Amino acid sequence: MARLLEVRRLETRFHTQDGVVHAVNGPSFYVDEGETLGIVGESGSGKSISMLSVMRLIPTPPGKITGGEVLFDGKNLLKLKESEMRRIRGNQIAMIFQDPMTSLNPVLRVSRQITESLQLHLGMSAKQARQRAIELLQMVGIPAAAERVDNYPHQFSGGMRQRVMIAMGLSCRPKLLIADEPTTALDVTIQAQIVELIKALQDEIGMAIIWITHDLAFLAGIADRILVMYGGQIMEQASVHQLYKNPRHPYTIGLLQSIPRLDERRHEKLQPIEGMPPDLVNYPQGCPFAARCRFVIDRCWSEDPQLESVGPNHAVACWVKPQGKEHLLSTAVTNDPSESLGRKANG
Amino acid sequence: MVNSTSFPGNPSLNTDNPTSPHSSQATLLRVENLKMHFPILRGLVFQRQVGSVKAVDGVSFAVRRGETLGLVGESGCGKSTTGRAILQLYRPTAGHVYFEGTDLTQLQGEELRRMRRRMQMVFQDPYASLNPRQTVGAIVGEPMTVFNVAKGKAQQERVKELLDVVGLSPSFINRYPHEFSGGQRQRIVIARALALNPDFIVCDEPISALDVSIQAQVVNLLEALQEQFGLTYLFIAHDLSVVRHISDRVAVMYLGKVVELADRDEIYQNPLHPYTQALLSAVPIPDPEVEARRQRIVLKGDVPSPVNPPQGCNFHTRCPLATDVCRHGLPPMLRDVGDGHFVACHLVS
Repeated sequence: MARLLEVRRLETRFHTQDGVVHAVNGPSFYVDEGETLGIVGESGSGKSISMLSVMRLIPTPPGKITGGEVLFDGKNLLKLKESEMRRIRGNQIAMIFQDPMTSLNPVLRVSRQITESLQLHLGMSAKQARQRAIELLQMVGIPAAAERVDNYPHQFSGGMRQRVMIAMGLSCRPKLLIADEPTTALDVTIQAQIVELIKALQDEIGMAIIWITHDLAFLAGIADRILVMYGGQIMEQASVHQLYKNPRHPYTIGLLQSIPRLDERRHEKLQPIEGMPPDLVNYPQGCPFAARCRFVIDRCWSEDPQLESVGPNHAVACWVKPQGKEHLLSTAVTNDPSESLGRKANG
Repeated sequence: MVNSTSFPGNPSLNTDNPTSPHSSQATLLRVENLKMHFPILRGLVFQRQVGSVKAVDGVSFAVRRGETLGLVGESGCGKSTTGRAILQLYRPTAGHVYFEGTDLTQLQGEELRRMRRRMQMVFQDPYASLNPRQTVGAIVGEPMTVFNVAKGKAQQERVKELLDVVGLSPSFINRYPHEFSGGQRQRIVIARALALNPDFIVCDEPISALDVSIQAQVVNLLEALQEQFGLTYLFIAHDLSVVRHISDRVAVMYLGKVVELADRDEIYQNPLHPYTQALLSAVPIPDPEVEARRQRIVLKGDVPSPVNPPQGCNFHTRCPLATDVCRHGLPPMLRDVGDGHFVACHLVS
């Protein structure tokens, strides 16, 4: 598969009254054509800001992309003029957001909002674009599309609005769709509808998708590959099977152990990750996860680990890289980090 | 009315430790045919009622002392309204709420106020439920001031004790809410709820506003407090994995009605109502191999409006199995199909 997007050492900062917020701290990753990449992280992990940086949608000021490269189809997007970027945005790379109510313009009819990009990017006439808009609404499963195309966003339910967003996102058949928590505000039964819809459309159009979410369980059924982000960095990068079966980063392990599973067999106490996410203004030296890590060693406090390959398509940014069942299941290791270092795994 | 030994006094005296879901325990709370309809008004000066939102439309269940009853459903199904109507934060349109045999819907004024201190609530958004101008000490101490339980030095001591119980440092007593993270604020909310040694706490989505890694901390805290103080929870949530983890029994709501209620393991392993089945099949499991094998029931359409709910069984518009009886017959009643497994469906025999 050809490489579609490659991001190298991306850095985004926000200059605020309280100081400089280190939102994105040098992640490097790629997306191949037709692939589904999942990015998982908590609020403040930099997952959304990374994607907004790729789209060059960071509000400037206060935000600024201070370093790195974003190669899309061989072009560095960060070097493009705004007018050139506009030709790519919404056309070759589209984005759908978490909250469809704030992403749709409440005073414009849905037809106007969908046809805008069709006329702009594909040069359609108003009539053609309207016809296409109706087809798109049908494609995303909105009943009586020919009538509803003239409705305003408030006349749609939450799930329907997200379908409208998807129709807009797909209107120009993008090569890459960035989906930023598109189902988080929706109920599970509606989430299942939307996921099924996007998967079917992916098969049809052949686009690559980046799914951004905080829900690790959600990605298990849809992603090919997953990035785990924390403090603006990538902690672990693995194929979906590796990540759930053989997680190697303490943060990934912690996340998997702290979420209750629907198919949990017996009642086990959840193992929360103690502490709080890092302060992005006073960004910690060393590994950003060190303060909450139960495998922490001296080196973690001074040196920031880089992503290191631990197998085919599996890389971890950790000095310890705990491995194996004893680390995952035993609760005894939580209190004494010294015995759980698993140095054998380090190399 | 059964006299309670649980208030006032030290929380540690309050533990008869009734945490096992299987022993038959006394019923603490019984909800009978609870209805909560909100009027829809038209007109500016001479307002007339043109309809009503039937947010809760005939809900019945019982909560045993010391257990956690999970109440799940999608947004708009009436689960939060049920929680508030139980605490008489809304006065219900119809039905009864018996708390240790006393019908709360019949109480007024001082009598109701006295019952209130035995029932508390933890809300979803810890940012909105703490007054930003009050210190932690004032927030957690306020219930004690209101009910004249403790003041001054004694109150301060009790607040420190409560902060310690919820895992915060007692030295935080003079800080303001903005100095805390979401998870810590939710701990403050929980400390306030515990201030009067309640028997019963309604937890309305207490963790859904928190980060994933913080959620487990609060879930563990709620479980530990239940064990320590013998609390009874009504745990309202939309996340079925969390509800499975924390609940002894689970009730599933759809459009203002309870459609299924059973012991936790029973309902997750043997769901009988088509809505419960669809809901469970839609919840992702963090394991790609399990996910690849699962059959997903994807429901069509949206939840109908509670202003004008469908005739017959109100789920028939989305039910993959609906028959003529479901569409035109009477609404199915919630009935026991064995071993305390209740279901409201015509198709379950």
